[in-house]
Amino acid sequence: MPHRYDGPDGRNGRDASTYALAQGLGWFSIGLGVAELLAPGQLARLLGMEERTELIRAYGARELVTGIGILSQQDPTPWIWGRVGGDAIDLATLAPGLDPDNPAQRNVIVAVAAVAGVTVLDAVCAQQLSSARRSRATARRQARVKDYSGRRGMPRPPEAMRGAAKDVEVPKDMRIPEALRPYTTSKAREPAGVGT
Amino acid sequence: MRALCWHGKTDIRCDHVPDPQIEAPRDAIVKVTSTAICGSDLHIYDGLMPGMESGDIMGHEFMGEVVEVGPQNHQLRIGDRVVVPFTIACGECDQCRRGNFSVCERSNRNKETGDKVFGHTTAGLFGYTHLTGGYPGGQAEYVRVPYADVGPVKIENGLTDEQVLFLSDIFPTGWQAVVQCDIEPTDTVAIWGCGPVGQFCIRSAILLGAKQVIAIDNVAERLSMAQAGGATTVNFEEESVIERLNDLTAGKGPEKCIDAVGMEAHATATLDSIYDRAKQAVMLETDRPHVLREMMYVCRPAGVLSVPGVYGGLLDKIPFGMVMNKGLTIRTGQTHVNRWTDDLLRRIEEGQIDPSFVVTHHVGLEDGPEMYRTFRDKEDGCIKVVLKP
Repeated sequence: MPHRYDGPDGRNGRDASTYALAQGLGWFSIGLGVAELLAPGQLARLLGMEERTELIRAYGARELVTGIGILSQQDPTPWIWGRVGGDAIDLATLAPGLDPDNPAQRNVIVAVAAVAGVTVLDAVCAQQLSSARRSRATARRQARVKDYSGRRGMPRPPEAMRGAAKDVEVPKDMRIPEALRPYTTSKAREPAGVGT
Repeated sequence: MRALCWHGKTDIRCDHVPDPQIEAPRDAIVKVTSTAICGSDLHIYDGLMPGMESGDIMGHEFMGEVVEVGPQNHQLRIGDRVVVPFTIACGECDQCRRGNFSVCERSNRNKETGDKVFGHTTAGLFGYTHLTGGYPGGQAEYVRVPYADVGPVKIENGLTDEQVLFLSDIFPTGWQAVVQCDIEPTDTVAIWGCGPVGQFCIRSAILLGAKQVIAIDNVAERLSMAQAGGATTVNFEEESVIERLNDLTAGKGPEKCIDAVGMEAHATATLDSIYDRAKQAVMLETDRPHVLREMMYVCRPAGVLSVPGVYGGLLDKIPFGMVMNKGLTIRTGQTHVNRWTDDLLRRIEEGQIDPSFVVTHHVGLEDGPEMYRTFRDKEDGCIKVVLKP
């Protein structure tokens, strides 16, 4: 089966599975971002980190922007790398919650495991996208721009063909209303002294 | 027979499907000798046009030989060589009698859907969603042509397929886009997009006598072809389109602006294009109208905006205040192909223009799926693909 490129813009040469993974991560970002923006207090309580409520809300905004970036850009590579960076920040934020004194320590362990899993996916996706990007750049460097300068489609140079179809009568329903015609081309309406 | 069928976003396959049959007395069956991939097919390929069903046959630019004719079709005979316009027209309704073939009132067999989506139905189109009739398209070995006593243009001379094939769509589309600008000899015409329709707009503007033609794109091959046709080119990745257009028009802006891009504008690093991509990504907007906004901004007051580029649905942040205050005229619509075909065929015969200049790739039908991607990604200098079933 031939290699199938996919995505809204296959210029980056990424294959369908990498593209689908990136899209999935984009939607995941949006989902997580919405949850963090709408219910930061509940999430903070769940993790025993009530003092970080506002930080979680800010992370929600970050996730939302990243998700939209991934889904909307022709090349989501930098946005996926952005997710990898965000994962590192999330892990660093969660780390203090692993303290045995935290009554919600078990929830934090689950959260850390989940973030670590997603980090692996993000990193794999980002690497594959970057690799495809490099291949694409190499192919572009090697490709020669085709010369279409001889394809004028007319028997003589454009300057000589200018106005060759002046005999065309513009249909009535496509004409510019007489009142909107420039003075310079509607002699009957031209006031004295006006012209270019 | 073999045909290129749509199976989902970016999923076109060369399938074996049943041969078409005569279904109505005015029908004809055409054996396709040449068919092309159109830029508007890419909107379907990219999953941006609603109303497609898995297995639908793609394509609306095709020509070939008549192999079967319905009993009430007195215009065609078996063996006739014809180019088939992409708009299906009955020739008898109020709109067809006015020459508005692309809004024929009878040819959309899914009229109820068309009424609901557009307010009032438009014409049936080949291979272009069930909103416009769900008619099997021309990227196939055979096609059923409804109302075949109205649309098909007989070719009775020695012209090659490549010289006349584009009478089916892109040549009349580029031509109408310029004609409806009502060109004055003093006009500057700015054309966004140097794809196939843009290329025909450029040559039409030259033939119709525009003083200056400016073409905007970012693909080297397309800009080179635009220059060959007589355009001054602007690479939007290298310079400001607004500044350059104003420079070239003594600060006044072009009188006539043509959008030959449509719903998938690829503007880079502009705020509004990032905004469009973000909204489109989360399904809050269907189209990316960067070109429309730019035209409205830069067009000279009292100028004309002509829009042959295809739009599909809902557009956001359209500065209509500019249109109103500057008194701009907007002309758009699918092309009334049969209004122009006789005149354009004569111009081809007389050698005024040879439309084959735009063809860059010839392939068999089985290579069609791969060529969709090549064309979409503008790889290998691809500007126009002709498929030979």
